[in-house]
Amino acid sequence: MSTADTNVVKLADLPKPQDFRLSETEREDILHEISQYPEARAASIEALKIAQRRLGWVPDAAIAEVATLLGVSTAELDGVATFYNLIYRQPVGRHVITICDSVACYLTGYEATRDALIETLGIQPGQTTADGRFTLLPICCLGACDHGPVLMIGEDTHLDVTPDTVPAMLEAYE
Amino acid sequence: MSATDKTALTHPLTHSIAPDRAPLDFAGYQSVGGYTGLKKVLAGIAPTEVQAQVKEANLRGRGGAGFPTGVKWSFVPMGEDAPPLKYIVCNADEMEPGTFKDRLLMEAAPHQLVEGMIVSGYAIGASTGYIFLRGEYVLAARHLRAAIAEAREAGYIGNNIGGSGWDFDLHVHTGAGRYICGEETALLNSLEGRRANPRAKPPFPQVAGLWGRPTVVNNVETICNVPHIIAHGADWFRGLSQGKSEDGGTKLYGVSGKVKHPGVWELPIGSSGREILELAGGMKDGYQLKAWLPGGASTDFLLPEHLDVPMDYGSIGKAGSRLGTGLMTVLDDQASLLGTLVNLEIFFARESCGWCTPCRDGLPWTVKILQALESGEGEPGDIEMLESMTSDLWMGKTFCAHAPGAMEPLQSAIKFFRPEFEAGIRAAGRSDHGRGDSDVRAA
Ligand code: SF4
Ligand code: FES
Repeated sequence: MSTADTNVVKLADLPKPQDFRLSETEREDILHEISQYPEARAASIEALKIAQRRLGWVPDAAIAEVATLLGVSTAELDGVATFYNLIYRQPVGRHVITICDSVACYLTGYEATRDALIETLGIQPGQTTADGRFTLLPICCLGACDHGPVLMIGEDTHLDVTPDTVPAMLEAYE
Repeated sequence: MSATDKTALTHPLTHSIAPDRAPLDFAGYQSVGGYTGLKKVLAGIAPTEVQAQVKEANLRGRGGAGFPTGVKWSFVPMGEDAPPLKYIVCNADEMEPGTFKDRLLMEAAPHQLVEGMIVSGYAIGASTGYIFLRGEYVLAARHLRAAIAEAREAGYIGNNIGGSGWDFDLHVHTGAGRYICGEETALLNSLEGRRANPRAKPPFPQVAGLWGRPTVVNNVETICNVPHIIAHGADWFRGLSQGKSEDGGTKLYGVSGKVKHPGVWELPIGSSGREILELAGGMKDGYQLKAWLPGGASTDFLLPEHLDVPMDYGSIGKAGSRLGTGLMTVLDDQASLLGTLVNLEIFFARESCGWCTPCRDGLPWTVKILQALESGEGEPGDIEMLESMTSDLWMGKTFCAHAPGAMEPLQSAIKFFRPEFEAGIRAAGRSDHGRGDSDVRAA
């Protein structure tokens, strides 16, 4: 894959749905989460994760709808959504690659692995491939420092990743 | 050491963990002595007596700060006049760079944490427990939820547990990633669905925590020790350190960095860095040990000459650092010292919660100076500026311990390796091209 600019799409330029509505199931799942706590607000993060399931990120319309369910203001919920690493307020690719850039992985060579990803995908950290397949992001220590460099693709953790193992690892993700 | 050498009496935390880390189910965990502590408690030990035994055992918190667990519990209001709702919260937001022990306990021995949560909840009279788990630990979430379901089925979670008249519920609450969630009060804000900014203390959480109710927050490894203390007694627990430390118990120790076999092991607390490094097979061929962080990114560097210091709270403190989480990160002689510091400080700058100015603005500034020094573009006065940062961002000058934690590796690096900082200062007479605005958030 080339590293030509045509392969890069800015997250902010991707189309954003204006008419997003939570499905009946999503609403029910959120209401169930709310019922687990003495105060609805405590379900904020779980609710945002539910709202994020369908598109991989949380559009504005979902923030408004979830805020109403939780009984908090849209601004407050957006404050929560933007605070946390795993809630995305911009479109992301079908698979989010989060690579640990903390100290143990630094000392065992995560930079070479990151560069191999940049090279293979043709994107920089923070960007998404034009085919919408991958988004590459840095993340803090993934708690597997004895197997650095470590990264996650979606919910899968990959240990001892080297530049050589990058291409085969990516192939499993359509 | 082979897995068969481990027994419940020598390796309470890990004896039940299989080499492939496959977790035991309820029956399997019971067959290796699991739920013995809980059964003993339910057979008629009063909550305050459970607290007393944990105090007696000398169990100190394994999350980094090392506060005595029994003492922490003793601040919770007990008895008839205590509020009806109290909470026990497990801090399972493991995110300290270089730390990888709680993941093992939760993925491979989930019932142990569940039992620990029930016994600890009983000890403070809690009505509900929450395991605050970082969102990335997908496998741990699955295993813990399965274990909770089994414990509920067995009647250990729910109403009138074991006929004791005590009701207790237990939930896994997954987070969405931010290092500051590991700070006790920030964790409570996050659990309540707010931004994870720390809260002012006092009031302490034991008096007014989650939703204003008395709340105890303990680390995963700490809580996992509790049922064993009840099952085998405080004297046994204190003896586990085999005279290596005044502290009680075993400790999960480990090594990462350029060593032959990085990993995590359960050893008597007070074991030395050298013993741990030996288990890891020593440094990789061609690499020498230059310095080490004893327990995560927020601890001061120690040198090879400190390798024989017992890895316990007091001794590592006397050597000028903190035990932290007890997982060593080794810096080898071929790694860049300044590069490593840039990496550490970018982490702290990125993970600042932004609440207070010294931390929010001071950490990116620290990064900028270190990056300049790393690229040989430092200016005279930079080292002095970094030194003043280490006091301006110190305890009492920032709202929580995040910024002081960031200063620990820095201050020790200046102390031990000053010439490497000096080498980063631009030679006099070279043109000044200014520092520009590098983006410290870019990895
Ligand atoms: S020291 Fe940093 S992390 Fe702590 S409250 Fe201040 S800004 Fe937040
Ligand atoms: S530093 Fe990368 S997993 Fe811990």
